[in-house]
Amino acid sequence: MTWFAIGNIADIPLRGARCVKTPQGKIAVFRTAENEAFAIEDHCPHKGGPLSQGIVHAKAVTCPLHNWVISLETGRALGADEGAVKTIALRNDDGALFIALESLMMAAE
Amino acid sequence: MTEKLVIIGNGMAPGRMLEHLIEKAPDRYEVTIFNAEPRVNYDRIMLSPVLSGEKEYEEIIIHGDGWYIKHGITLYKGHRIVAIDRDARTVTSDHGVTETYDKLVIATGSVPFILPVPGKDLPGVITYRDLDDVQAMLLAAQSREKAVVIGGGLLGLEAAAGLAGRGMDVTVLHVMPTLMDRQLDPAAGYLLEKELEGRGIKIICKANTKAIVGNGKVEGIELDDGRIIPATLVVMAVGIRPSVGLAKEAGLAVNRGIVVDQGMQTSDGHIWALGECAEVGGMVYGLVAPLYEMARVAASHLAGERSAAFVHSDTPTKLKVTGIELFSLGDFADGDDREEIVLRDAAAGVYKRVVLKGNRIIGTVLYGETADGAWFNDLKKKETDVSEMRQTLIFGQAFQGGAPLDPMAAVAALPDDAEICGCNGVCKGKIVSTIAGKGLTSLDDVRAHTKASASCGSCTGLVEQLMTLTLGESYSPAAVQPMCGCTDLGHDEVRRLIKAKGLKTIPAVMQELEWKTSCGCAKCRPALNYYLVCDFPDEYADDYQSRFINERVHANIQKDGTYSVVPRMWGGVTNSGELRAIADVVDKFEIPLVKVTGGQRIDLLGIEKEDLPAVWADLGKAGFISGQAYAKGLRTVKTCVGSDWCRFGTQDSTGLGIRIEKFMWGSWTPAKLKMAVSGCPRNCAEATCKDIGVICVDSGFEIHFAGAAGLDIKGTEVLGLVRTEDEALEHIVALTQMYREQARYLERIYKWAKRIGLDEIRRQIMDDTDKRKAFFDRFVFSQKFAQVDPWSERVSGKDKHEFRPMATIGYPQAAE
Ligand SMILES: Cc1cc2nc3c(=O)[nH]c(=O)nc-3n(C[C@H](O)[C@H](O)[C@H](O)COP(=O)(O)OP(=O)(O)OC[C@H]3O[C@@H](n4cnc5c(N)ncnc54)[C@H](O)[C@@H]3O)c2cc1C
Ligand code: SF4
Ligand code: SF4
Ligand code: FES
Repeated sequence: MTWFAIGNIADIPLRGARCVKTPQGKIAVFRTAENEAFAIEDHCPHKGGPLSQGIVHAKAVTCPLHNWVISLETGRALGADEGAVKTIALRNDDGALFIALESLMMAAE
Repeated sequence: MTEKLVIIGNGMAPGRMLEHLIEKAPDRYEVTIFNAEPRVNYDRIMLSPVLSGEKEYEEIIIHGDGWYIKHGITLYKGHRIVAIDRDARTVTSDHGVTETYDKLVIATGSVPFILPVPGKDLPGVITYRDLDDVQAMLLAAQSREKAVVIGGGLLGLEAAAGLAGRGMDVTVLHVMPTLMDRQLDPAAGYLLEKELEGRGIKIICKANTKAIVGNGKVEGIELDDGRIIPATLVVMAVGIRPSVGLAKEAGLAVNRGIVVDQGMQTSDGHIWALGECAEVGGMVYGLVAPLYEMARVAASHLAGERSAAFVHSDTPTKLKVTGIELFSLGDFADGDDREEIVLRDAAAGVYKRVVLKGNRIIGTVLYGETADGAWFNDLKKKETDVSEMRQTLIFGQAFQGGAPLDPMAAVAALPDDAEICGCNGVCKGKIVSTIAGKGLTSLDDVRAHTKASASCGSCTGLVEQLMTLTLGESYSPAAVQPMCGCTDLGHDEVRRLIKAKGLKTIPAVMQELEWKTSCGCAKCRPALNYYLVCDFPDEYADDYQSRFINERVHANIQKDGTYSVVPRMWGGVTNSGELRAIADVVDKFEIPLVKVTGGQRIDLLGIEKEDLPAVWADLGKAGFISGQAYAKGLRTVKTCVGSDWCRFGTQDSTGLGIRIEKFMWGSWTPAKLKMAVSGCPRNCAEATCKDIGVICVDSGFEIHFAGAAGLDIKGTEVLGLVRTEDEALEHIVALTQMYREQARYLERIYKWAKRIGLDEIRRQIMDDTDKRKAFFDRFVFSQKFAQVDPWSERVSGKDKHEFRPMATIGYPQAAE
């Protein structure tokens, strides 16, 4: 497991997201209204929609393609829908963000 | 082995029969239906609300296409059966399809009776039976001219009220001295007449139609006494005749209707008949409750339960005209062996009459206040001896036993077997136990599970009271639909409170209106953002994080996460320079698909998000701005070539379209707004299915609005005719601003217009000059802040974070 620096939390809008490109696919990094940061695969469990493009509310994001709501904490779909994306470990050192990836990353895309 | 069941006619009676049959014997039959009407089974009763605009056709469909597919039923739409061969056991349709049957059900319903007077075949004379008739009436109503309805019964009056509501000048001709003489006594008929006249409907009783006059089309009606009543539309609603021709030709026993036994079987052991075409026990019926009873019986027999038998019962009648309370049941003619009890309240317009025979109720007429209808019906059905409560009987149920006058008390006191829904024969006990047993909380659920209030809807109030009784405070019938799970307030209330309290940020709205979540959800946030943009164009800072991705990045997201880009092409007009620039962009960015849109412009699909600003930069150099093809806002203004080129053109439709688009681009609206301008009524720009459209005519510009051509299809309504291009622009802009200020987020203009009422909109935009000017000015003010090209802003660096990854990691050499 290696920690990679990805930038500062201030680079992400409040209640917004950006993505990080990796050879194995994109990772979505979110910043909530409460200034917490989360990272999950940028790949909706429904039909692969880019979650980083959704609307962020509380600790969840609504997928831009068909409105599934995905928990940023667990990666699981909320409400009646079933499915989950992989969550990615994230460290926040006073605003400096790092994500943990295996050297052989398994992220799907 | 499955048997072949063929059904002729696809009305409400066989539809209900199939529901029962599928429940009882799902696999016994292979079912084929032939229906002369080219459509599925819909709720014929609800045609009047469709006519008046209170409902859409889609809302009254009983079995959609999917239902037939699911149950493996073959439905031939638009096939009229022209022959039954009982020896060969086949039926043949007018399109030449022949089908064999093991069992045949005839459910051909009725045909409207046509008065045999001269002129009955003139164009403009229609009956009132099916959706085609409603559509013909709606079309005729657009002219807002004069209509005559012949027949003052249930159907005629519903047609008259609907047409009047649509702006026609309506006269009802009724041959008897009293309206609805078969259901009402003269006193109630009088109150009804007064009420309808108050709504601007003229009523002529004892009117004998002699002829329908007109040259090539209807121009009026001539009465026996020589009077001529002008009309461009004549609706004949003088009764129905069971449709028995086919059965008669096949040699079945036919009287007034097709004669059937108590098990709905005809004189041929392989053939059943039900619905309005059937005659059972010497009676034919024209209301759905007994037809549904026939459906139940027929289904039992087809499923092999031979004991089921049809029993006659009286069905109460109600008039489905909003705001008129009328209830009629049983027999109420005067007679020596009868007594009556009457109550009148002139000021309140209330009239009640109960007719007794041997201390038992045999008939009831209620006008103005019908809450006790169910109770009287119950007493009559059970033949209760009412001598004990004679003194107070007429005051209704709440008076009996000194119960308090709580509106709920009446319903609470009804016995469990009291019939609440007459159409579907659902009693109180069934509704209450289903609500409790299945944990139902909404009216729709109760409809789905019990069928109560699912047909004509006139018992909805009662059903809601039962829900309140069963669920207690947790059910409030008039509850508004909340915006989303974050609040109990509906869109209208939120809009009102935003203005009243001067709330100018999303957090302020959420705080002051006590949102239940910390920062809303993907439903309420975009709505609030729109409301604030609309109400405070100068002060509110647009919250991009509360916009959907398309509006956030000003392009349309596609299923694979790439985007499409549509530059504005004013009025659908372009030139070689623009086309060349587009071609260069396509080559440079290797854009996979170039497509012409339905809105007369060019769509570039499959662009990576990171490339968007560069694509826009190149397009911008050629003079393009965003076409906002992603916006809940002004999309396109389609045009035809108009008087500059077309030999039919009456005005410069292209010029006007471009002018409108240049004036209005950039504005945000509750839902997308698409327009078109056609140069003449040939309408090549398809303006009459747009949110707002213009049809140019010699005398000026006819402004249309509230059309739809998406999930719903709907022709536009006419707002009015104006003389000059300037006026056309002013009216269109004012209408748009009214819609912007009043509609709910995501509510298209046609839905909003239906809710607000077309007349109200015409009044504010066409008739009230001050209002119109004020709307116009507010739109112009907000455009100052809205007309900034979002693409060039982003080319200059705005929202950079949207178009670049935050980091690129894990590659041998980081790319940034
Ligand atoms: C405007 C209006 C309002 C009404 N309001 C009420 C109300 O408030 N309460 C109430 O109880 N009732 C009301 N009714 C009456 C009720 O709608 C009818 O009683 C009921 O729909 C009749 O059902 P049905 O199945 O017998 O016939 P229908 O619904 O008439 O169906 C017959 C079908 O058979 C088709 N058909 C006919 N001949 C052939 C053939 N040879 N081959 C193939 N197909 C054929 C016809 O096209 C038609 O679609 C109203 C009716 C109308 C028109
Ligand atoms: S709508 Fe009329 S003016 Fe316009 S192109 Fe068609 S025919 Fe010509
Ligand atoms: S019609 Fe349906 S599939 Fe076609 S573009 Fe529109 S939404 Fe997509
Ligand atoms: S892909 Fe996310 S909701 Fe469908």
